[in-house]
Formats: sequence, structure tokens, C-alpha cells
Amino acid sequence: MKVLAAMSGGVDSAVAAARAVEAGHEVVGVHLALSRNSGTLRTGSRGCCTIEDSMDAQRAANVLGIPYYVWDFSEKFKTDVVDDFIAEYQAGRTPNPCMRCNERIKFAALLEKALALGFDAVCTGHYASLLTDESGNLELHRSNEMAKDQSYVLGVLTADQLKHSMFPLGAAASKDDIRREANERGLSVANKPDSYDICFIPEGDTQDWLSEKVGKAPGQIVDRSGNVLGDHEGTHEFTVGQRKGLSIGRPAADGKPRYVLEIRPKTNTVVVGPQAALAISEMIGVKYTWCGVAPENTNDWTNVHVQVRAHGDAIEAEFRISDGQMEIRVNEPLLGVAPGQTAVLYLGTRVLGQTTIDRTISAVPVFAEAESGISA
Amino acid sequence: MAIYLDHAATTPLRPELIEGYLAQLQVLGNPSSVHGAGQRARMAVEDARDQVAKAVDCHRSEVLFTSGGTESNNLAIKGLYLAAKAQDSERNVVITAGTEHHAGIDPVEWLETSEGAEAVWLPVSPTGVIDLAWLDTYLSKNAQRVALISLMWVNNETGLITPVSKVTEIANRYEIPVHSDAVAAFGHIPISFKDSGLKTMAISGHKFGAPVGVGAVIVARDAKVAVTSHGGGQERGIRSGTLSSPLAYALGKAAALAAEELPEIRNRVSEFAQDISRGILEIAPDAIFTRGEEPGYEGIIHFTFPGCSGDSLLYLLDAAGVCVSTGSACRAGVAQPSHVLMAMGRTEDQARGSLRISLGQSTTRADVDALLAAFPMAYAGAHRAGLPGN
Repeated sequence: MKVLAAMSGGVDSAVAAARAVEAGHEVVGVHLALSRNSGTLRTGSRGCCTIEDSMDAQRAANVLGIPYYVWDFSEKFKTDVVDDFIAEYQAGRTPNPCMRCNERIKFAALLEKALALGFDAVCTGHYASLLTDESGNLELHRSNEMAKDQSYVLGVLTADQLKHSMFPLGAAASKDDIRREANERGLSVANKPDSYDICFIPEGDTQDWLSEKVGKAPGQIVDRSGNVLGDHEGTHEFTVGQRKGLSIGRPAADGKPRYVLEIRPKTNTVVVGPQAALAISEMIGVKYTWCGVAPENTNDWTNVHVQVRAHGDAIEAEFRISDGQMEIRVNEPLLGVAPGQTAVLYLGTRVLGQTTIDRTISAVPVFAEAESGISA
Repeated sequence: MAIYLDHAATTPLRPELIEGYLAQLQVLGNPSSVHGAGQRARMAVEDARDQVAKAVDCHRSEVLFTSGGTESNNLAIKGLYLAAKAQDSERNVVITAGTEHHAGIDPVEWLETSEGAEAVWLPVSPTGVIDLAWLDTYLSKNAQRVALISLMWVNNETGLITPVSKVTEIANRYEIPVHSDAVAAFGHIPISFKDSGLKTMAISGHKFGAPVGVGAVIVARDAKVAVTSHGGGQERGIRSGTLSSPLAYALGKAAALAAEELPEIRNRVSEFAQDISRGILEIAPDAIFTRGEEPGYEGIIHFTFPGCSGDSLLYLLDAAGVCVSTGSACRAGVAQPSHVLMAMGRTEDQARGSLRISLGQSTTRADVDALLAAFPMAYAGAHRAGLPGN
């Protein structure tokens, strides 16, 4: 196969490319330029998007003996990922930009370009496994390395995209093994630190970065009964489940800390309450996709596991499609789920599909949470 | 063997100078040393100085060896500016154009941020031509504030030729020094420093068959150039650093060959270029020849292809064994839309679809045929891939 290896400059994508070469594919390395104003050197725990990262990727490609190019996707990345990220926060939602990047850049714009230029597949260093079922259909599964499993952020891929994807690290035993392998292959990125932060936020402080982009918009902090508890300088500074940074003068009657329960952009208010009130029982998403073959019957409730963040646990749930929306009921209350987050459904280790959460239903009635009410 | 059509990036080493270059590498001696070994090394440097002087038509004392085009441009632009400013603190304007190479633009921007300069960017037509009438009018009102004018002789992306003598004719009326980056010009079009009216000029060896790492800044005897790089002052006190006799040798020999063979090479290159342009336009009738009908160096063929991304074209041609360029500045591997095309008023999407094919002394008919054979496939693929986001 002709394989385009997306190379961030990190150790995972370098080893993935190496394995694709070793498997006998004709591999070309491509680094995506996602920013026009790339920094010169990598800082903190960002793993890509500086010139140093691009040079690291090029060096890895050289060592593997494959051609290497930098393709400019900065404009599309800005509109589809960065601007979307800002707009989602402004709408009171909590987006996952890595997911958007996979959905719209790596496995969309890049994949489409690759196919048009004669490639058969795009290879990345994601920790996830592509398996084939008895009928020959492709399935996306969790990585064998659960600690690094990245199937969640790939949950947005559709059957067509899976056909042209390659995740050579899927069967990796551990990140240490990947580093060891990189070292043995003479790849200079073998000991490069992992990246955790959002690549386009240089200082790693999302709230500061957002404040710079959207400015201040003062509003009120209220409880679920509508009592005003304090002021805030912009709803973008808050995420559901957040505890720190709430400037509430009056302590709660129970003396327990309060958490952000909800953000209401229309009225520019932040709703807070006790931790227990973060519990939700149901999530509803308007847009959903199936990762591979769609389930046959989606009208009846089906048992699955649901995961709502990249490194969260999958919990027991059931889902159905009703009125064109995906409804997911969790068997036990789930804390701190924000609209904008992605709910990925799993059948065992297999990724079934995903939806972006539009609204949640609280597991705790408002009246139960009065000032002297339930405690966390 | 790859088909190499990126001579504006760098050229193959001229085979004629390899033997002498290797021999010179083995000659012991610092050209600035007084003893016999030093004098033998000096001999090679001064022979080369004569050859360069003859090739660019200037006095031998006007040739200052440097590490290449970027250093030459820096020494000249900063040196002319600081000398003018030192004489008259009101003189802080540098006139240049947005279509210059980064080695011309960035020194000016540095002077702005660090030395109180004010850059004046000349208006540029859609084909890249600077507005000389505007320059004349501007100087008639502001000449006493202008420290220097810096304009490249041949544009390294589009091949457009700047009418240097017309610029100096206007500037000389006001006694304003003019610098020209002639890196893409020397060896390809006839150049006479003496007749140009320039005060300083930059050339770079690897654009005409010498190795990378050597060039020259030509500094007129009467030019006032402040010293910006300090040390032993080996080159007229303006450029410091131990002279490399092998590199000087290579530069001199390559310059002599380039000047001597220029008419013949240019004829050949022009003919190839016509065939390439014709062939490309047959396949891609909507392609735009970037410098239009304006005079240019024939060996630089620059097109923009609507709806195509230059990096797709480059990838597909490279995969077919043909080396060309998108022509845009590539900052350590991170792609940027060409600032040259943007300065010419192109949109980012238009600038994105650019491809530069540049020919040289070693280009053969077989290279041209190979390019034209690979081009239809590359164009079709790049067209299919389109632009990201569209």
C-alpha cells in the first residue's frame, strides 16, 4: 500500500511510521503545519506545532529513509479546530479539540488530500487497534495498552475513514516498549517527553488563553434555585465540574465546596451547587456517527459502556436513537458531564459510535439541593 | 538520478572547478599570514578577486568575500543605513519592496525595530513591477530623509527583472545610495556593477556553480558603509573572518565561467523555458504565468495554478523524480504562503497554488522532456486534491 504517515515529531508517530515501513508499505512522511506563527522551540508539554517538532519529524523520516514533506493546514485548522474551540466555549460548552482535529483535519482534510494524491491510507501513532470481524468489516478497538488507549479520540471515525486508516501501535505492549523500540531504531525522539496540553495553547492555560481571545463578559453566579451568589468575568472561564476560581463570598450552608453545574450563555450566568448535584442520569446528542458498521436496531435500549472524556472510565449505560437523537442513560449517576463533550459508546473493547453531548439530565432534582439539602 | 529543476535554490557544483577546489583545500596557510604559506593562500584569494571583479565588472577592491548572499545583504543594507544615519540623524527611511527576499526584508525590519528606521514599501503591480513614478514623486518630497534604497535585481521566485539603472538614475539625482540583491541575477543575465549606478550589490556562489558558503558583497569605492560585524577586518575593514582560499578559488572560477558562457547558456535556457511554459499551458490552460509579459530571467518559470496546492504538485513531481519548488519561503520546513506573491496582491489561495521551475547551466533537453512527461499526472492529481478547506 501507499501510506501517508502523519508525523507530529513525537515518538509515537515516528515508531508508527517505522512499523509501516517495516510492514513493506511505501511510506511518505508528512508533518502538518497547523500554525502560521510556529514557535522555534518546543516548550512545556506541548508535543507538536513548533519548528523543532517539524525538524524532529523530518529527522525521523530521514532515519527511516522515507520522503518527508510539510503540508500547510493552518488555515483549515484555525477555522475548524481553533475557532470552533472558542465558539464552543462561548456557547457554554466544553469542546475536545483533539477530537475535532481527528474528525476534520487528520482523517478528513488530510485523508482526502492523501487519497486524491494516490495514497491508500493515513497512518498515525494513535494507540488503538483496527480489527476485522467475521464478515470482513473493520472495527476500531481499544489499544492493548489501556493506560495510553486513544480509541476515545478516534471515536469520530466512520466506516469509510477506518478503511483508509492505519494504527500500527495498536498492539503495543506499553509506551516504554515504544520508547525502547524508537531507541533501537535510532530515532532521536525516543526520549522526547509526552505531550498533554492543547497544541495551540502555548502556555497551557486554557482559561487565560480564552480570556485573551474573547475578552471579559461579566455576569452572575447563581444556584439552581436562582439565588445570586457572586459575579464572574466571563462564562468561558468555567467548565462544568470546575471547583476552583469561583468567587463566591458566601459559603454554602453545608460548608461544602460548590462546583460549576451548568453554564447558561444566553443569560451569561454560571450555575453552581454541591458536588452531588453534578450527577447526571442521561445525555442527549443531536449529531452522532457510527464507527464502522452501524448497529441494526437502534430503536430499543441497548447495553453499552460510555466514556465521556479521553482518560475517563467507561461506565455501564444503555442507548437508543429516538427522534433522530442519541439518548444515553447511565446506570449509575455520572459526575460533571458538560455539553460539548463527546460520549463514545463501547461494546466491550470495540468502539461503536459517538455523539457530541448537547444536553444532560440531572440525576438530582433541584428541590433536594436547597441550601441545607443534600451534601456531596 | 533525479531531474533537477530547482536551480534558483541551488545549483550543481561546476565540474570544471572540482579539481582545483580539492587541491586548494589541501593548501596550508591563512591568507592573512605574512609567511610564505600565507602568501600562497593569499595568491588564490586574490586571483579569485580578479575573476569576480571581471565577471561583475567592478574594481578588484570593490569585491569583498563573504559567506554568501544573506551575509552580503546584511552587511550592505545595515552598513549603508547606519553610515547615512550617523552622518545625518534625520535620514532614517529605507525604501524597499515587499517582494524582496527575506535576506533583504528582514535586515530592514530589524533596522526598524532596533535602529529607528522607517521602512517605505514601494507599490508593486500584480506582476511584481515596482512603481518608479511613485519612487520619483516620493523622493522629490522626502529625499533628505532617505538613507538608502534596496531592490533586488532578479526576483528569486518570479524571475522578474528590476530596471536597476532606472532606479539608480532617479536615486542618484538625490545622492541616495542604492543596494541590490543580485543573487538571482548574477551569472544569468548580463550585469555590470560599474554601469549600474549601485553602491553595493550581493552575489552568492552556489547560485552559479560554486559551493554553498561563499559569496561576495560588491562595495563601491566611494560607498559609505558602517561596519556591523567586528573582528580582524580582513575584507576592507567591512567584513571580518578568516578568508577561505578554497572557497574564494571556487567562487572566482565559477564566476568567470558563468560570465564567459552567459550568452550561450541563456540562449539554451530560454529555449527550454519556452517549451516548458508552452507544455504547461497546454495541460493547464488556466495557469497564470506570474510575471506576465514583464521582462524576466527566462530560467525562472513561475506559475500559479488556480484550485491546486503547490505542495501537492511538488509532492507528485518529486515522487516522479522531478525536483521543483513551490517558490515560497520555507521557514525551517514550516510552509508559508509566499510573501512575494502576497506583496503582489495575490490572495492566500492564489499564492498557495504556486510552482517554480528553475533552469540552469546543467539543464538538458532530457530534463525538460521528463518534466513535461510527469506534469500531466501531477497536475491532474493536484487538481483532484484541491485546496485544504475547499
